[in-house]
Amino acid sequence: MSKENPVIVVIDYGAGNIFNVMKAIKYVGLSAKLTRDPSEILAADGLVIPGVGAYKTAMDKINENQLVVPIQKAANNGTPILGVCLGMQLLFDSSTEFGETMGFGLIPGEVVKLPQNTGFKVPQMGWNQNSVAIENTLTQGIKNEFTYFVHSYYVKTDTKYIAASVDYGVQVPSIVIKDNIIGAQFHPEKSGEVGLRVWQAFANMVSDKAVNV
Amino acid sequence: MALAKRIVPALDVKNGRVVKGINFLNLQDVGDPVDTAIAYQNSGADELVFLDISATLEGRTTMIEMLERVSSAVFIPLTAGGGVTDLASIRAIIQAGADKVFLNSAAVANPDIIRQGAETFGSQAIVGAIDSKWDENLKMHRVYVSGGTKATNLETISWAKKMVHYGAGELLVTSMNTDGTQNGYDIALYQALTQAVNVPIVASGGAGKKSDFVTVFKSGHVDAALAASVFHYGKIALPDLKESLHREGLVMRL
Repeated sequence: MSKENPVIVVIDYGAGNIFNVMKAIKYVGLSAKLTRDPSEILAADGLVIPGVGAYKTAMDKINENQLVVPIQKAANNGTPILGVCLGMQLLFDSSTEFGETMGFGLIPGEVVKLPQNTGFKVPQMGWNQNSVAIENTLTQGIKNEFTYFVHSYYVKTDTKYIAASVDYGVQVPSIVIKDNIIGAQFHPEKSGEVGLRVWQAFANMVSDKAVNV
Repeated sequence: MALAKRIVPALDVKNGRVVKGINFLNLQDVGDPVDTAIAYQNSGADELVFLDISATLEGRTTMIEMLERVSSAVFIPLTAGGGVTDLASIRAIIQAGADKVFLNSAAVANPDIIRQGAETFGSQAIVGAIDSKWDENLKMHRVYVSGGTKATNLETISWAKKMVHYGAGELLVTSMNTDGTQNGYDIALYQALTQAVNVPIVASGGAGKKSDFVTVFKSGHVDAALAASVFHYGKIALPDLKESLHREGLVMRL
């Protein structure tokens, strides 16, 4: 069975940059739908978890709308998922931002504050250069390229999930991948042509998946 | 690795159109903000700043519509401001696709607007904009408001610290001494600022040649350099500038 027009569902939890994410998805040729409806999440061809803001605020909103289980189910069903910035951090087990907050637990690891004593300003705000550790259709587009970061926390996880990283006093994972689950610490919707390659690669994954259902 | 130094073209917007002649772009309609923004994105701009000079409510509304069109086609960070006085305007600008909003005169009148903006949208979204001029009698950098027409009693460095204290995540500081001269950035001002605060500083005013950028990055220690005329009139080509800075040992996104 094939689908003519795969739809990417963007999780609506009040994140600030939703509009830019929606525009990027449309720019690479797919439909984008903003929702907090669990049934639409389960029916999605692809899921995007956007993100700007605080971990706990985001999780409170997501829990309030009972979206964790539908997102976990979609992940287990093989739906391609892309978490962006805070949305990537939510994919992990927990964050130390404001005490301990549980995330989706889709990739093992935790989210911790960038160290203050490295001589690097916190938040990291600007363009940093990616080193690719795991080559695939998504990471080949960002190899040695600069992408745009805005964040104060970063992910600590097993090396096997770190497909790309940047150096910011510590090694900051920039792309994490576990099967159908992808996280981008940078904002691909704000990283120029290089960022659009990431959206295109994700859109291709979603389209392929939709065709092969 | 340090972050790349940012080169930021600034565009004046009036009633939703880019004003001031923009010669290098070779566009059919130089006033079209989308074409202009795309051209700058494609030539390597790291960020774009839109300064609204409409000064009317209708003009503001058209700028918001303009930002929506620009952000649908341009995928680099966008900063917008000019006459922003309240949280509702900040929200409208961010919802239209801007990543950051800068606050200038309104913050002097009511610094709490910075705190409100930062608490609602995060410090990364709120840029403190300062117009500064060296006062030879008082021997201090002095803050000006209302497009540089009115002097205040604020000293620039302490006002910068205060803006950061209120929650500004970045400072965009224009030196009125050097602005428009094309004789180079106000290095002493940026040295003082980068010593005093720990947020990114965007230097503005005075860019005339490529070496001015080298100096403001290497001696002024700023994170970003804004310029308008040298880019608009094609005096300096962005790709060429970034190549030169890279050869000077600066980290640049090429």
